[in-house]
Amino acid sequence: MDFRDAPEEAEFRARLRAWLVDNNPHLPPSSTSDEYWERQPDWHRALHAAGFFGLTWPVEYGGHGMTSAYDVIVDEELAAAGAPPRPSLGYLVLAVMHHANDDVKRRFLPGLIDGTDRWCQGFSEPDAGSDLASLRTRAVRDGDEFVIDGHKVWTSYSDLAHWCFLLARTDTDVPKHKGLTAFAVPMDQPGIEQRPLKMINGITREFGEVIFDGARVSADNMIGAPGEGWRVAMTVLSHEREPQELGNASRYTKTVHQLQERVLAEPNAFDAEQRRELAWAIVEAEMLQHLVSRRLSDRLDGIEHGPEGSIDKLLGTWVEQAVGHAALSIAGCAHDGGDPSMLNTYLYSRSQSVMGGTAQIQKNLIAARILGLPTA
Amino acid sequence: MDVRYTTEQRALRDSVAAVADRLGVKAVGQLDDRERAEKLDAAVAASGWRELRTAADDGGAWASAVEVAIVAEELARGLADTPLLGPTVAVELRRLVGAPDTHRRETVALRPNLSQLTTPGERAVAIDVSAATAALIVDPGGALSAVRLDEATGGVDLTRPSAAISSSGGEPLGALTPDDLTRCSALALAITTADLVGCMQGALDLTVDYAKERRQYGTAIGSFQAVAHLLADALVHLEGSRTALLHAAWAVDVLEPAEALAATASAKAYASRAAREVCEIAIQVHGGIGNTWECLAHVYLRRALLATDVLGGVGPNLDRVLAHVGIALEGPR
Repeated sequence: MDFRDAPEEAEFRARLRAWLVDNNPHLPPSSTSDEYWERQPDWHRALHAAGFFGLTWPVEYGGHGMTSAYDVIVDEELAAAGAPPRPSLGYLVLAVMHHANDDVKRRFLPGLIDGTDRWCQGFSEPDAGSDLASLRTRAVRDGDEFVIDGHKVWTSYSDLAHWCFLLARTDTDVPKHKGLTAFAVPMDQPGIEQRPLKMINGITREFGEVIFDGARVSADNMIGAPGEGWRVAMTVLSHEREPQELGNASRYTKTVHQLQERVLAEPNAFDAEQRRELAWAIVEAEMLQHLVSRRLSDRLDGIEHGPEGSIDKLLGTWVEQAVGHAALSIAGCAHDGGDPSMLNTYLYSRSQSVMGGTAQIQKNLIAARILGLPTA
Repeated sequence: MDVRYTTEQRALRDSVAAVADRLGVKAVGQLDDRERAEKLDAAVAASGWRELRTAADDGGAWASAVEVAIVAEELARGLADTPLLGPTVAVELRRLVGAPDTHRRETVALRPNLSQLTTPGERAVAIDVSAATAALIVDPGGALSAVRLDEATGGVDLTRPSAAISSSGGEPLGALTPDDLTRCSALALAITTADLVGCMQGALDLTVDYAKERRQYGTAIGSFQAVAHLLADALVHLEGSRTALLHAAWAVDVLEPAEALAATASAKAYASRAAREVCEIAIQVHGGIGNTWECLAHVYLRRALLATDVLGGVGPNLDRVLAHVGIALEGPR
């Protein structure tokens, strides 16, 4: 039982640290800047090309077949260097790996992992948010293809995406959870229109809406079997709830360091309440780093997490929102027209208790599936 | 990095859990069952769990703080009304100053608000005093002495009585270096964090069972989202605390003293806030019954309140966390 590096882990850490000296792109914070989203694909490709991304995934798909401890090291070193977090797409990779056939895995995983292909996730719809299974986007078979009509929303990174991990209804004659199928849909085609969404922190490049109007996808691009879509979606969502797949821990630690520096630079400018908010942000961010270590260690036993992802999602949410409160408290609202990035960090933190399943949905899942409480 | 418990640590957890489940307090009435309490005390004595921090041949502790935390957590979960915290810290203090082991039961005495290991004034409070004949006390200069104890006087925790004593007139045992003091404080923070995690687990188990059984409006109250979400919150508080504890307990013996203190203070702050929340949820979900003496929920809350105050709860530990990065909690002083 040891949080420290084994010798080969220490060597890896030293290599990463040295690489970061020359290769840190010094992007602005992901949560507050459109520039981040424009330049993030380059960062993804550089990190992968240098051997620091996709560590735990199979070598045949462009991963490195390493143990999960290395992801912790990457998170820690990126945070320490003030570098951008690692790309958060583990949940898509794991879902493709778990559900897709070998042909789909061979065609799509390498580009997804090395950053050549950008992906977005087409799950939510205007009338299918928490009740995702009621989604109405249709995929109708037409020879070797499916024709897609529908409206997706909260589609992250849709403006840069080459592919959409789409959840669509392929069978209307069965109960709602059973008629769904997942596809890899090419985004560059006439039947798809992408519209950016402007979020409360001013960001326009992270989320989008996607309108499918007679878009087409080859039946060979099905991820999993017809009707397996709900199970595929649950795999995506359960991993999307895990901080070890998101790489968020390093983002929080970086923000906390910046806030700490502000207080240290002007010790007399901050009152006890502001210091208290900072202290909680430190404590929460440390806990999350250790949670990542704990969960990744559990994976050495081959333990696959199911409903526990909801606990981690809430813990991650509480951390991000504690860091957001510290950012608001210490950096304030920039009334003088100064740098609003910390204000925007705070505003962005509110979305954490909604995205990937609301906090209330997570609590329902915890109550029913972990605590075993009866459902009404 | 591999932070899984070892096979031995898992076996230790299981054997402590078995003792706590068999002989711990399962109803408020059992607090007065002397025969049960004596059997429990004898079982813990026979296991050697209070001596984990005695010196091995190399002068270091026989077991790490991770093992101590495992024992502390399980004993708290099972509401074991037998000392562990006090004797373990006492054994650690004796080992650090090179004083010989004693065969009598000892505990520690702290300043009246219990927030630090050192006691500056004349008044002190000995914690966890059951069957102890002496309390070890550290003055602000690090001098360690043993003060005789007479009677337990009570206190907030129904499973672990305290006693007010005078800090002077004890038998001198030696002197602690500042590093010793820091590391011993880290150990006490890790043990009390483990105690809080155990209290939360016990209180949550008790309350989830109740929410499945108690019926209103013709259905189990646990089926109402308003109730279920409180219990889900409690589990999230517990899991965050358990995570912080895992690192804190490991840190005690591995990191440099200042780092170990910061790591354990961080965990203790997290778990102190969480434990109060979880124990209050336990009382709330039990409704009117939860506010009666006969419900175990307050026994968990009371135990958590003592564990919180020993080496401090939220305030003193946020202060330690900030001090570690060079910031004072209260601003310029």
